[in-house]
Amino acid sequence: MSTTVVETHRPIWRRLIGFNLLTGIVFGVVGYYIGWFIGHHITGASVAYFSGIDQNDISVTLGYLLGVGGFLIGLGFGVYPWARIRGYPPSLREKETQGASRYFGLCTDHKVVGIQYMIGIGLFFFIGGLNAMLIRVELLRPASQVFPAGQYLTLVGMHGTMMMGIMTSAILGPFANYFVPLMIGARRMAFPRIESLTFWLLMAAGAILTTTIFFGGFPTGWTGYEPLNSQANTGMDSYLVFFALVGISMCLLGLNMLATIITMRAPGLTWSRLPIFCWGVVSTAILNLLAAPVLIAVLGMAVFDRTVQTTFFNPQGGGSPYLYQNLFWVFGHPEVYILALPGMGIVLEILPVFARKPLWGYRLAVSGLLGVTLLSWLVWQHHLFVSGINSDLRPFYMLSTELISIPTGFTFLCGLMTLWRGQIRFSVPLLFSLAWFFNFLIGGLSGVFLSDVPSDVTTHGSFFSMAHFHYTIMGGLVFAFFAAIYFWAPKMFGYTLNERLGKIHFWVMFISFNSTFAPLFAIGFLGQPRRTVTYAQHLQFLNDWVSISAFILGGSMLIFLYNFVYSLLFARIRAPQNPWSSVSLEWQLPTPVPLHNFDRIPVITGEPYGYGSPGIAAIPAAGPAGGSA
Amino acid sequence: MSSQPRSVEGGPAHGRRFLTAWLVLSLILSPLVAIYLGPAIPPGNGSVEATGQVFDNEVLVTFATPICIFVVLFLLYAVFSFRSRTVEIVDGPPVRGDSRIQIAWMVVTTVAVLALAAFGSYELLVDGAGGGQGPNAAFLPAGHSQAMDVQVIGQQWEFTYRYPTLGGLETPHLMLPANTLIRLHVTSLDAIHSFWAYQLGVKADANPGTDNIVYVTTKGPRSFDIHCAELCGLWHGYMFDTGQVVEQSAFTAWAKQQQTYFAPVAKYLPAYSTTYLPDPQRRAG
Amino acid sequence: MKLLGVAVGVAVVGVLIGFYISSYLVGNTPAFRPKATGAAGARTVNLTIQTVAAVGPSLASNHPDWVSYLVRNNQGRWERSTVWTLPANAIVHVTIYNFDGASGLRNPFLGQPQGLVGKEIVDGKPLGALPPDQPSHTFAIPELGVLALVAPVGDAAKNQCNYAPCTMAMAHRTMTFTFRTGKKGHYRWQCFVPCAAGFVYGFGGPMQTIGYMDGFVNVV
Repeated sequence: MSTTVVETHRPIWRRLIGFNLLTGIVFGVVGYYIGWFIGHHITGASVAYFSGIDQNDISVTLGYLLGVGGFLIGLGFGVYPWARIRGYPPSLREKETQGASRYFGLCTDHKVVGIQYMIGIGLFFFIGGLNAMLIRVELLRPASQVFPAGQYLTLVGMHGTMMMGIMTSAILGPFANYFVPLMIGARRMAFPRIESLTFWLLMAAGAILTTTIFFGGFPTGWTGYEPLNSQANTGMDSYLVFFALVGISMCLLGLNMLATIITMRAPGLTWSRLPIFCWGVVSTAILNLLAAPVLIAVLGMAVFDRTVQTTFFNPQGGGSPYLYQNLFWVFGHPEVYILALPGMGIVLEILPVFARKPLWGYRLAVSGLLGVTLLSWLVWQHHLFVSGINSDLRPFYMLSTELISIPTGFTFLCGLMTLWRGQIRFSVPLLFSLAWFFNFLIGGLSGVFLSDVPSDVTTHGSFFSMAHFHYTIMGGLVFAFFAAIYFWAPKMFGYTLNERLGKIHFWVMFISFNSTFAPLFAIGFLGQPRRTVTYAQHLQFLNDWVSISAFILGGSMLIFLYNFVYSLLFARIRAPQNPWSSVSLEWQLPTPVPLHNFDRIPVITGEPYGYGSPGIAAIPAAGPAGGSA
Repeated sequence: MSSQPRSVEGGPAHGRRFLTAWLVLSLILSPLVAIYLGPAIPPGNGSVEATGQVFDNEVLVTFATPICIFVVLFLLYAVFSFRSRTVEIVDGPPVRGDSRIQIAWMVVTTVAVLALAAFGSYELLVDGAGGGQGPNAAFLPAGHSQAMDVQVIGQQWEFTYRYPTLGGLETPHLMLPANTLIRLHVTSLDAIHSFWAYQLGVKADANPGTDNIVYVTTKGPRSFDIHCAELCGLWHGYMFDTGQVVEQSAFTAWAKQQQTYFAPVAKYLPAYSTTYLPDPQRRAG
Repeated sequence: MKLLGVAVGVAVVGVLIGFYISSYLVGNTPAFRPKATGAAGARTVNLTIQTVAAVGPSLASNHPDWVSYLVRNNQGRWERSTVWTLPANAIVHVTIYNFDGASGLRNPFLGQPQGLVGKEIVDGKPLGALPPDQPSHTFAIPELGVLALVAPVGDAAKNQCNYAPCTMAMAHRTMTFTFRTGKKGHYRWQCFVPCAAGFVYGFGGPMQTIGYMDGFVNVV
């Protein structure tokens, strides 16, 4: 059931009234103060008891939570539940207007949510990246104190937390939301309102984390280890609430993806014909759904430790810091595979298009993705090898961690063999995908070092592990993210991104990325621990090299931004319907994609990568934009 | 690969070419890496465990070299040899897989991974590899029952050290006798720290309420850097120290001098224990 | 028109970034450089410090209840600064007036002064070691090996100081000690007595914030 709203020329102040982002922000601020007020009065007496602490964690936490509640109500998420409570039948309300106002509120069109995600994630990615630049400024000299030591720790923590929280949805958010229904022949996602909810939760979370500095910041880094966590200032509450909201968003996003792909595939689209990107989404969604609740639980316990003086993690009260470490990493390890798997899905999806060959070893690639999903639950204690865990368990975790390289290797084999004897056509998405293989190779091999316990004794907690995860996460996920943007922008936005600027962006980014993170392996081996504001004098040259390269890496992002803004706002060259001549289903739709995607749900009769086979022909690149499905 | 469902007409045997190039490069580079790069990998030979770690890293990096060459060479080869040379779009051959290659890959990678895991476990078994093993250490070096106990206490933001064999003497700097097997007991009084003695190849987390045991066999006299390797608060980056390994006679002389110097506070120290949970838990005014 | 909009957008983003970065730069207390006498290479510096139980709203509006050190500046007035610039290879005579009560050490070993030239004098008497429940604060520069104890004002003492700055008429203890600065460098100093009320292990809040119970000694 859809209601059509006719766009009249109402004055702007009247158009602003209603459930939208502005109302959400206003209600959010009001909600914050209500929560703060309630917390203040619950704990008034105990704050006096703990006099000298000058902070009230209950107020701040309640303030944040009620602020988020107000924000969501202001956006309009309360309308449908309230209608159902009053007895209205289930309905699927959609805003039929095609205006830009759809992007500033609750919209149930998955394509709008995809673009909202892209802009929102981009915004917080830049904030996190800005933090990284500031960190590298501080590390230019061992004795420099550009930022006070406490603020430096908050910078480090903010960078890590923002990135880990926001980038988990970096590919599932924009690209899976936009393209999974198009790839499986559906008109929408299974739960459109939940889809929008996951986006706005993430935005609220990011805003909350950005306010941490006004409460004193937090000193624990993104892992939030207890007991330091309980000791920290009020800024720590921002971290806890941020990650809890991210956890809820991740869980619901995974749920939505799984429900959509399991139940809404077009007729004829069997599991063995599902595009590999959708398999990547499925494997990631399983991890999202199952790992995020553990995070929410452990953060809830930490909040109780901080606010109502429980001692889950305090040995003097009968608790254990190991409990936090283990629970956190039970989430944390699948979390990093949540970051890695979508990248694998993207590059395996892009390579066939530009090698003009079917994906080599489809079943092997799928078992690789699912194998990673399964094994990722069995490896978490490799983060704790020297922390005093049960000594006998360590060879088991060493083995299980090294076993993960086998399904990861399947992705490599399938990708590489797809290129073999192909007819490779270079384009910016292909360049990023090829770089993905190189970066993930280095990242993966350094992971083998870290999984080996004797080698881990040398490198744990040093810059070596930083280099490892930056190679896999930034070199893997972020490169895949850019590959996906360049690949799918013509369909999402309808305009071509400038190819020359894109290639410049790629080369500057690839070279500066390797120049930034490769020396970190050496710095780690040479004995510099992580998260330190000072270091030994003899490491200054290497640190300076890394810092300068990092600034150039940041600059490459600006090249991308310039390309993005210039191509979409100024050059506005209309993209053809299928610029890459892909035979994949989403490219057979016209640009812009119609509101309900398909006029008639297609029936799938063949497998997704039909390159080279007679009778399979995509709508050619030079065809008219806006043909029929 | 020379046998596919539909082979490409004409053209060189790319598969054989690539594999030969890979083999040649690996055979040249791997020994070079093993001989020149491997031994240069830190942390050096300050202790028996550190030497073991260097050997472990040598093996890993030698192992990683052919894998690295394989992928990089493959990418370069594919990108150069299989570029499309026509302006209009031509598709490649519709090859969807080759079960022999898949099986071969699965077997090779599995064997490689199992071998690495076995090697790592062996290295761990020999002497514990300098890593913290918790209160029930399972990987004990030979002669461990005669090891000398030394306790490392991590607190915000300094390490102090206690010697139960010297009557519970506590000192602000670490001195260890040369050529001795030492059992370090690493614990913390507050947050999680990590005791990282770089040149000795020792790393063990200091967890409050836990006795984290790590074995180290010192060699000749030297100094070593100690860093905290786990974020513990404001001064984590400044939580470093320099320790010394000295001859036994120098060690005994130093111990006597420390006992005299710290006699005033010795009567206030708690009895030596593997863990400490001092008051208070949460200060109130 | 669009160009103007993009330019305005870039300007707004630039301002926001500047605001964001500046929010991290706050919190640096100004550095204080005590007057040095004597020839270069053999300088002597006098440093007078006051430790207070609560720094008060006039000196720290956002954390009026936090403990802090104050230093007497060259004009004779008390200012809150924990970043001090001292000459290299100098003798530093430190006088600490403590107006705060006992908190106790987490590690009793830190109850004995270390790394000083001669003994630490507390109220005219040399100090061997303080029992662990006695210390009010410590003044420690771990990289220079310096550790000095700050003895407490008794709980029953009359005329205790509530908020800084405190006057000599209020109940206080006097500590004097001397240490040597060595080479040039950037050394941190901290307190080892967990005096941060309400925080876990007493080590949070002011104990982890420069400007209160932590700071730097810049030896130049």
